[in-house]
Amino acid sequence: MDLSRNWLHEFVDLTDVSDKAFNDEMTLSGSKVETVRREGAEIQNVVVGKILEMTRHENSDHMWVCQIDVGQDKPIQVVTGAQNQRVGDLVPVALDGAALPDGKTIAAGALRGVASNGMCCSYQELGLTDHDFPHNTENGLFLLNRDPDLAAKRLKAGEDITKAIGYNDTVVEFEITPNRPDCLSVIGLAREASATFERPLKLHTPSVKAAAGGNIRDHARIDVADSALCPRYTARLVKNVKIAPSPLWMRERIRAAGMRPINNIVDITNYVMLEYGQPMHAFDFSCVDGGHVVVRTAKDGESIQTLDGRDHALNPNMLCICDEHKPVCVAGVMGGANSEIVGDTAMVLFESANFDGVSVRRTATALGMRTDASSRYEKGLDVQNTLPAVERACELVELLGAGEVVDGVIDVFPNPPEPTVIRMEPDKVNAFLGTDIPAAEQYRYLARVGIRAAAGDAPDGAADVLVPSWRGDVRALCDLAEEVARFYGYNNIPNTLTRGETTRGGFTETQRFERALGASCRALGYDEIITYSFVSPSYYDKIRLPDDSPLRASLKIRNPLGEDTSILRTTILPSMLEIVSRNYNYRNKSARLYELGKVYLPRADGLADEPKVLALGAYGDVEFFAFKGAVEAILRAARISNVRFEACADNTAYHPGRCAEVYAGETRLGVFGQVHPLVCANYGVETEVYAAELKFDALYETRGGKPEYRPLPKFPAATRDVAVVCAESVTVGALESCIRAAAGEILREAALFDVYRGAGIPAGSKSVAFSLVLRADDRSLTSEEADAAMQRIVAALSEQFGARLR
Amino acid sequence: MREKLEAIRAAAVAAMENADKAEELEALRVQYLGKKGELTAVLKQMGKLSAEERPVVGQLANDVRAKLEAAIEARAEQLARRAMAARLLAETVDVTIPGAPRKLGKRHPMYQVLDEIEDIFIGLGFEIIEDREVELAEYNFTKLNVEEGHPAREWTDTFYFTDDSSILLRTQTSPMQIHAMETRPLPIRMIAPGRVYRKDEVDATHSPMFHQIEGMAIDKGITMADLKGTLNTVVRSLYGADTVTRFRPHHFPFTEPSCEMDIQCYKCHGAGCPTCKGEGWIEVLGAGMIHPKVLEGCGIDSKVYSGWAFGFGLERLALGQYKISDLRLIFENDVRFLEQF
Repeated sequence: MDLSRNWLHEFVDLTDVSDKAFNDEMTLSGSKVETVRREGAEIQNVVVGKILEMTRHENSDHMWVCQIDVGQDKPIQVVTGAQNQRVGDLVPVALDGAALPDGKTIAAGALRGVASNGMCCSYQELGLTDHDFPHNTENGLFLLNRDPDLAAKRLKAGEDITKAIGYNDTVVEFEITPNRPDCLSVIGLAREASATFERPLKLHTPSVKAAAGGNIRDHARIDVADSALCPRYTARLVKNVKIAPSPLWMRERIRAAGMRPINNIVDITNYVMLEYGQPMHAFDFSCVDGGHVVVRTAKDGESIQTLDGRDHALNPNMLCICDEHKPVCVAGVMGGANSEIVGDTAMVLFESANFDGVSVRRTATALGMRTDASSRYEKGLDVQNTLPAVERACELVELLGAGEVVDGVIDVFPNPPEPTVIRMEPDKVNAFLGTDIPAAEQYRYLARVGIRAAAGDAPDGAADVLVPSWRGDVRALCDLAEEVARFYGYNNIPNTLTRGETTRGGFTETQRFERALGASCRALGYDEIITYSFVSPSYYDKIRLPDDSPLRASLKIRNPLGEDTSILRTTILPSMLEIVSRNYNYRNKSARLYELGKVYLPRADGLADEPKVLALGAYGDVEFFAFKGAVEAILRAARISNVRFEACADNTAYHPGRCAEVYAGETRLGVFGQVHPLVCANYGVETEVYAAELKFDALYETRGGKPEYRPLPKFPAATRDVAVVCAESVTVGALESCIRAAAGEILREAALFDVYRGAGIPAGSKSVAFSLVLRADDRSLTSEEADAAMQRIVAALSEQFGARLR
Repeated sequence: MREKLEAIRAAAVAAMENADKAEELEALRVQYLGKKGELTAVLKQMGKLSAEERPVVGQLANDVRAKLEAAIEARAEQLARRAMAARLLAETVDVTIPGAPRKLGKRHPMYQVLDEIEDIFIGLGFEIIEDREVELAEYNFTKLNVEEGHPAREWTDTFYFTDDSSILLRTQTSPMQIHAMETRPLPIRMIAPGRVYRKDEVDATHSPMFHQIEGMAIDKGITMADLKGTLNTVVRSLYGADTVTRFRPHHFPFTEPSCEMDIQCYKCHGAGCPTCKGEGWIEVLGAGMIHPKVLEGCGIDSKVYSGWAFGFGLERLALGQYKISDLRLIFENDVRFLEQF
């Protein structure tokens, strides 16, 4: 909402309040100031000039050399190419050193050899349009005396031009919260300003002479078919309309509010909307067939061309103002071209109605046209405001001489609401705010915004208060508390620490585990990423997810922004690979990434299970066992025991020969491995990529408890190496299990140190070597004991795998 | 014999003092003190001496032996010191050569900011809760006093999973307040961070997915003064102890009174500059006293209990703290970006 300070001062005198004080105080009482703009601020050193003399330029066939009185001792000489001026005209003159809104500066100089000490200006050069000064023309100089209102002002040569033409208002842009549509008006903000600065509010009650004779009911009939969507419809009629430009003062205010002056009737509707916050519409009554206005929803197949020239198909959700045959206006949004006010309009019907906010908003959205009217209606307006607004419009018609108002008002208002009464309890307000404001003071704050004790004088204690009709947002005691707090000052409320019972607080064990897991990843050099929860269905193809995979059943957004963000991921892998490929495309040589993110598994009740998954991704300077080492380190840090890895050839996203399922005992933790080259190709990555997906819940469940100290060894260990030749198909894991089982508890370490194929080893076989550490806790192991263990190991390897000592 | 001993001493000591290597010194030891050494050879002839001379010469011989041993030891020590010095010199490195690279991973900058906030509230005795992102409209809107027909409920603003608009992606972290109120024993002091979703196209300041953090305290006798006191404490922990704050009336459907909290611009200290868009103040969060209707809707007696709540967007805070110019960087996850923090 753009507020003209000049207009505001008609209702509250704040002429002595500086811009800064006004903005700060209004902001702190709840009307937040966004920006402040001073009209004409860019115009410097431009004054009213009176043309005293005009002669032809000696070196030009079209230029004039003018002697102009600019209020100085002597006239100045200015050369101009304009042709519309005459001796005696008043024109804006940009003096030497002047600045204009387009950034141009004016300096004295010479034009074709003749001295020119300034520039005569058009209104365009002052940043104005023919809407602002309709009595002037676009081509040529701005002839101030041509505008009747300016002529009447008897401007003096040398007067500052912005002041002379009323282009010096201060316009304050407010952020109005949606609960305060009453503040989308000059009067609404005047009420707030009056309450904020404790200055009297000077409201005016419109009065209409209605001298035209006859009664509106002789001409018009109004039926409201849907009173839920149109709770009130108020109308008055004007005849013998004379369409003309509106006066300067009205044009100035409409311009300051950011709208365009059009003609007297249209300007009156906009003026009243800005002043009262009540949108108005003016129909050319001759275009309303049968003089019969019907407020109803549109029928299928009906259409309308709106004032902006666009054609719209209407549907039965849209409320329209119709005549006997056709819609003439989309209710609360925009009028129809078929009943537009035009130059020869003779009879005008002013509509001042109350429409259902949601209905107006949806219609406006559906038609793709949010207007000044609809953006007010959509917040829900004061139903009591329609009558004063239409009265004001008719008063202005009479004031401007724009027509003759017909007597009578048609006011369709079947269900006037009861006024809101709330029990005000000052003690509770204090308890709620943490303040100690005396009851009388609280009632005084309420009275500032028109909330008064129903019984009259402000009492000492609790009392019923009456809420004015425009404050639909005030419904309960907590709303009254806010009103009290606003004018007591939020910043005067003390600051206390939240009292009450001490709460335990603190991280849960899950949250601590999450943080520790992240710390492990970072210690291993992995950077954390954050990816979108939604993905494209095509991502499942990119990771080669089988067509019948249950993971393809995803929650589908019905109104997505686009295909790429249309479903909720059931697997975190594609999100990770997107980021991997992005980094790869950015030519980053390597990346180590992790994310602890949710996947969303649809449930029968329509919601989702949302388990978290720890995803790792890496490329560049990494190979299978380096990556596996990172996975193992993470599991070790979580003290997860009985970890085993099972080759997994059937996860289609991964390399069939380089993928493992990870288990802790019987609990499946997840999967990791080299991403399938075809998947990499789908992401355009031409290097090996490794990824892991570990289920957070499984990691958490299998995590180790608090570690218990084990005494450090007191007795020496015996180390032995064993190398066996076995078939290729025998895994290192199997050999190791066999060795551990055969050696018994004295085997403390079994570390693989060599796998060899080649000379001396038959084809299809390999040599596998382990370094073993044998130790007892209670004695020095004898070499006989160690040898016996080695024999058991060799025998078992031979028996189980046909492995022979190398 | 005396002369002989004296000659040996002189020759040996001179040789030892000139020995340059440990092996040379050892050779000299063998040459003089060894079983077949020169001193030993002299001593073997002691038998030929008279009884009077024997003890005198014996004493002399022992003196010579002691002197030679001392000379060997002194020289050995000297040589060892010299060898160590030589080795240290040889082993000297150019310490300006960079260390072998060790990469530590980085916490995402936005979560670094979140960690900081969580730690502040944990210190104040708060709990951290999380909840579902696929949410019922009832929790995301209705129970938060956002009426049917409110613009936020439109399909142009919110992502829906069902045609009847009953299941959606939560648009705010506030439904977690409702879950907490419905399931947790009173009093409650909690914060609830998380992902939220709104139908905004991606640009420098918008993302269809972003993060909020929500905070709430419910107890008997909680006041707006408590809200102010707590938020001032938190904001000063985040922005510095001398941060100046102010509270402005605002509107949220689920709080009444509602407010926004501003901090005085840290660049211009209130004078107005581009950072604060000339206002002198920077908005940091929205807050208010929980609307009695919301409490009652969760089965909490608003005549006995009251509470405050606040919420703000994490991205904007992170962008401000790290002077990140474009929101897209947060979700792009370029390692060159991530590794700066």
